[in-house]
Amino acid sequence: MINDTLQNRRTVISIIITVLVLIYIIRLFSLQIIETKYKSGADSNAFLNKTQFPPRGLIYDRNKTLLVYNKPAYDITIIMREIRNLDTIAFCTALNISKQFFIKKVDDIKDRNKNHGYSPYTPQVFMTQLNIEDIATFQQSMYKYPGFFIQNRTLREYAFPYAAHVLGNIGEVSQRRIEKDDYYKSGDYAGRDGIEYTYEKALRGVKGYEILLRDAKGRIKGRYEQGRKDIAPKTGENLTLTLDIKLQILGEKLMAGKVGSIVAIEPTTGEILAMVSNPAFNPSILVGRQRSKNYNVLLNDPNKPLMNRATQAQYSPGSGFKTIQALVCQEMGGISEDTRFSCNGPSSYPVKCTHHHGSPVSLLNAIEQSCNPYFWNAFKSTIEKDGYGAKNLIFRTNYDEWVDKIKSFGFGEKFKDGDLYEQSRGYIPTQKFYNKVYKAETGWRALTIRSNSIGQGEILATPLQLANAMAAIANSGFYITPHLQIHDSMKQKIHHTKVDKKYFPIVFEGMSRVFESGTARASRIEGLNMCGKTGTVENSRGKDHSIFVGFAPRENPKIAIAVVVENAGFGSIYAAPIFSLLVEQYIKGKIERIELQERITNIVTNKNVKER
Amino acid sequence: MSKNVSIKYAIDWTTVFYYVVLVFMGWVSVYGASYDFDQTSILDWDHRAGKQFVWILTAFGIGGMLLLIDYKMYNYFAYVIYGLTLALLILTIFIAPEIKGSRSWLVIGPISFQPAELAKMATALALAKFMDSYNYKLKSYKDLLPLVAFIFIPFVLIILQKETGSALVFIAFMLVLYREGMNGIFLLLTVFLILLFIVVIRFSIIPIGINQGSLGMVLSMGIITFVQLCYAFFFAKNKREAFILLLGVLVIVSISIIVNLWFKLDFNYVALFTVVASCIYWIVIEVFYRFKKYLLLVLITIGSALFCFSSDYFFNKVLQPHQQSRIKVLLAMDEDLSGAGYNVNQSKIAIGSGGLFGKGFLNGTQTKLNYVPEQDTDFIFCTVGEEYGFVGSTLVLVIYWLFLMRIIRIAERQRETFIRIYAYSVASVFFFHLMINIGMVLGIMPVIGIPLPFFSYGGSSLWGFTVLLFILIRLDASRLERMN
Repeated sequence: MINDTLQNRRTVISIIITVLVLIYIIRLFSLQIIETKYKSGADSNAFLNKTQFPPRGLIYDRNKTLLVYNKPAYDITIIMREIRNLDTIAFCTALNISKQFFIKKVDDIKDRNKNHGYSPYTPQVFMTQLNIEDIATFQQSMYKYPGFFIQNRTLREYAFPYAAHVLGNIGEVSQRRIEKDDYYKSGDYAGRDGIEYTYEKALRGVKGYEILLRDAKGRIKGRYEQGRKDIAPKTGENLTLTLDIKLQILGEKLMAGKVGSIVAIEPTTGEILAMVSNPAFNPSILVGRQRSKNYNVLLNDPNKPLMNRATQAQYSPGSGFKTIQALVCQEMGGISEDTRFSCNGPSSYPVKCTHHHGSPVSLLNAIEQSCNPYFWNAFKSTIEKDGYGAKNLIFRTNYDEWVDKIKSFGFGEKFKDGDLYEQSRGYIPTQKFYNKVYKAETGWRALTIRSNSIGQGEILATPLQLANAMAAIANSGFYITPHLQIHDSMKQKIHHTKVDKKYFPIVFEGMSRVFESGTARASRIEGLNMCGKTGTVENSRGKDHSIFVGFAPRENPKIAIAVVVENAGFGSIYAAPIFSLLVEQYIKGKIERIELQERITNIVTNKNVKER
Repeated sequence: MSKNVSIKYAIDWTTVFYYVVLVFMGWVSVYGASYDFDQTSILDWDHRAGKQFVWILTAFGIGGMLLLIDYKMYNYFAYVIYGLTLALLILTIFIAPEIKGSRSWLVIGPISFQPAELAKMATALALAKFMDSYNYKLKSYKDLLPLVAFIFIPFVLIILQKETGSALVFIAFMLVLYREGMNGIFLLLTVFLILLFIVVIRFSIIPIGINQGSLGMVLSMGIITFVQLCYAFFFAKNKREAFILLLGVLVIVSISIIVNLWFKLDFNYVALFTVVASCIYWIVIEVFYRFKKYLLLVLITIGSALFCFSSDYFFNKVLQPHQQSRIKVLLAMDEDLSGAGYNVNQSKIAIGSGGLFGKGFLNGTQTKLNYVPEQDTDFIFCTVGEEYGFVGSTLVLVIYWLFLMRIIRIAERQRETFIRIYAYSVASVFFFHLMINIGMVLGIMPVIGIPLPFFSYGGSSLWGFTVLLFILIRLDASRLERMN
């Protein structure tokens, strides 16, 4: 038209516009279609998953007595932006805290190095695990303190101040556990030790989530889709334990002032009726705000009260082991019911006898009188029965068989198909071990390892293993993996010993005589046949350990027990009466020998073990 | 009455249709962006969507009124309108209250208004009128000066109101001048200078050795040399001189690298020396061979070299820290997600999370929960991106494109220079707004606070754009009147 020569500039301008629009469309394509990070960026901006903690499952004993339950606890949270005209002194008085504590706490909350997720618009945890008494005054005057909120939580409460080792406790999850199980988030609580640990998954339930919408300043603007996508928390499962709390309490009381442990098992089911470890502590001291302080005290106590001696301590089993020895040696043909060996008392070689009885001695008398030379001879004739052979091969093969048969009573390994937390393996020395120690396959003979014959030497067992072995004898040849939760599936976990049933009656008889005329005569109960065996275990550190193992009643065993009292002295003086009282409690339902009970309770063998 | 009837047929209904569609989409987006949980109605006067509805109705009224005014009046009163607007701009500087750091809003009772919005229309009219004068022709650089003055005066006044974004819009008039005969080299020069600025700033933080200059300076001098080569080769079509220049530059560069092995050089000065040497070379050719074409090249070279050295100073000393950080964020020199980078990052998250079809009407979490600041004004396009996805945002861009093409078509069908120039002004202003606003939201333009026409919340800008557009529609409709 007018500037015809400039007509092409229309095209240039149109191209500029078109190219720009195309560039923007390409940019949109790359932002919206190709890149995926923005989608999750928007979601993590907007959605806040608020965890709903389920109440933990309750724990009962075998008679449905409630042992562990939940009590409400309270956290105080704080939204910095909403605090108005705070009267610090009145606030600190209401919560019974010092002003310094308040100032430090607030500084810590605001310090992003310590508190990564800090925002003045969202609730920050100010104090945790307050109980109703702590919070009562504060709650009444809360209206005076805008910006402070109370959040509900639950804490464990214990019906009895006993069974701390069995029950375990609850603590904040460690970083390692968070990495292993993505169920946990930092700050969650989970079971530590004992039942709380092994049954954590059942007890904890399933966390729920409330999906909230959060705006740019971190304020909650409502629920996502009116809560339709929320997940309700699932309450933890309740547990019924095999424990008999009355027996447990009696056991713990009897162990007062002593170091050691008791394990009681129902032989036919493998159910653990009592599991005592002393020194112990009241489980409720590991709950709430005092937890970390008390935990440190327990951790640094030289008597190691946190250790569960029943499953973790390992002792030479001592004379109690002779009962197993009697069975295995019979089975392997080293001895029979009628085999007799001579005993020269204290002058016997290579194993001395500390008891006074006639000679030669029979198997029955040997059990009754706990004759050391007899069992040395029995052991020797068992593993040497076919001679030594080239390179001691025959001897070593027989030794292997002996180990295998001993282990079939539950020694030398952890109980892996049960529910016990933190066990020790114990130890039955293998052929390999001796080959190494004596530097050759021919470097050792029966004589070299003679101490094993009487339960000393390299053999180690936990009180749990001893009690279980007693259960296996009581059942005449099998045991069910000892366990703490009553559950049908445990019936399948039956383990047969590698000793024939026919070899058991003589052992029953021998163990029964221990009460009639043997070392535990003083611990008899009128009208009740008990089987048992004392043990006095030599110990490099201090006095001998006093051990007693056994079961009762002889005719129809209902309870198998192992009692260990460390550094106490003779088995018959300390461990045997404890065994006897426990049997009385369990079989008769109550203690009639109150005097005996009091006497035992008052014995103090270790002055450092405080009264609770 | 007969006049009105004829107008009805003469009006370009296609443009009006695009306008109405964009305004309606904008309204829905404002509703989405300002939607809160307790809000129910799009017509609620207490909320922004309700208010925007009132602005829309009044804008329609204003548009309708503008159509009733005789087209000759716009030409006749162009200078008056321009003069009055300048007066209003000056007045604004003194009486406007300070809002968010700028003094650009006139507050009259419940209504606040930004005179800068009118200035675009007034400048367009004045430019059109001046260039339409029958003795005016844009032929030499001298003819450009009055035009530049028309643009520069409101530009400075708006800068004085501390409303830099609105002032920058006046750069858009360069497109109009280009269409009317300004040498295209100015457009290229503008692009070239922006490129130089970016290179200097972006790479100035990368040093060469210790106290040996910065990569930014060396690179920008390299670009200048490259432009010289292109000029000599393509415009002057003098291959021999281009070759000699290239050789000379290579010799200087190799010598300095060799010398540097023993004696550390400051490469800033090496680069400067290269450019100065090339200038001397062009002047020598100019003087000895009387080859006029190189005068411009020398001017460009010296100018851009000075520009490079001053842009470093300009960036660090003249620009305010918040402006510096906006540019740094854009050039990916600085993440700063809690400061200057926050808006753009959240804006990208909002758009990026929209995906192909978007989250649906009122379902955008980014916008609903206020993660994007200014999301119903400058960052309104986020809402479109988040709630309607790639399909929706592309549709909006395509409608804008159709709209701009339509205005250019209207411009080109005019017999009167006045209307054509005005139409190009309208197209340029809308284009500039679109380019800066959406570019900013997509994170490829610096954060400059100017609204997206018809979308951004606010009566002032909607009225301003409506006035700008409907004057054009009225002028265009006069074709038929003149035929009659």
